[in-house]
Amino acid sequence: MSFDLEERFKKMNTGEILLAYKGSISAELITNVLGVVETKLDHVIDKSSTKKKIYNVLVESLQNLYHHVDDLPETNGEDLDVHFGIFVISKVNDDYEIRTGNFIRNDKINKLKERLEKIKTLSKEELKELYKFVLNNQKFSDKGGGGLGLIDIARRTDGNINYNFDNFNNEYSFFNLNVIITNQ
Amino acid sequence: MEPISIEGTPKTPTVKFDASTGIIEIKGRSIPENSIEFYRPLVEWLEEYGKNPQAMTTVNIQLEYFNTSSSKCILDVFKKLEAIKKARNEVVINWYYEEDDEDMLEAGEDYESIIRIPFKMIEVVD
Repeated sequence: MSFDLEERFKKMNTGEILLAYKGSISAELITNVLGVVETKLDHVIDKSSTKKKIYNVLVESLQNLYHHVDDLPETNGEDLDVHFGIFVISKVNDDYEIRTGNFIRNDKINKLKERLEKIKTLSKEELKELYKFVLNNQKFSDKGGGGLGLIDIARRTDGNINYNFDNFNNEYSFFNLNVIITNQ
Repeated sequence: MEPISIEGTPKTPTVKFDASTGIIEIKGRSIPENSIEFYRPLVEWLEEYGKNPQAMTTVNIQLEYFNTSSSKCILDVFKKLEAIKKARNEVVINWYYEEDDEDMLEAGEDYESIIRIPFKMIEVVD
């Protein structure tokens, strides 16, 4: 089998795992996960600013998943939960990593790639200006974010974001996003 | 005008808007997946309040967390307040942030630079 989700999930489980999940991404799930992770962070991190950064980035990452997961057509034979996504929160050396994975329609890839590449190259000051511009000028969709989520994540992590797209078939790919929060 | 009083939840803030005192408060967390629904009545209330505001309106924003879905809605709240100020009423905005929370302080500065009402930045020490 060329596309093994189980294998993929295992590979994402690196470092010291705080929480790993694969399945349906719902608002209730996000509420529960945030509650559990917040309690865990209270136990493992002393510095409240680092805790807040992780929490904020986690909120945006999970809500990005919630809003942007594409469902595979039922005929693909994978038998996945609706609104399927994967995420892993782990500690790798001294840093914290939030990895997410979801299916995305291939026709959306170029636009997302462009956005990510742009965001990754911007300086802190440029990210701030872009954030303010989008906040003040772009009308939000019903989904809410209007593209601020990734900019916000980049601002809080100094652009420490990696990603890749794995082709699933001629219509869909699997999008992996890895955000690193350094424990300053 | 009927005041607004909403208890906070893990994903939505505590809200107290009182036209008789001119005190507007939003406190806690604002991280719902869809914030437009939550903020619409608040923005509408401010629109109405703006027609006959107190000589002085005091705004207290004390957020521990807010997501990007809320950020636009919070800007809408500030824009209503900016309009009240433009109509020659006094509007004082107090932006509270927890000690060491540089990101929250910066978020306040971002809003301040967009809406052109000076913010009072107040550091909360535990």
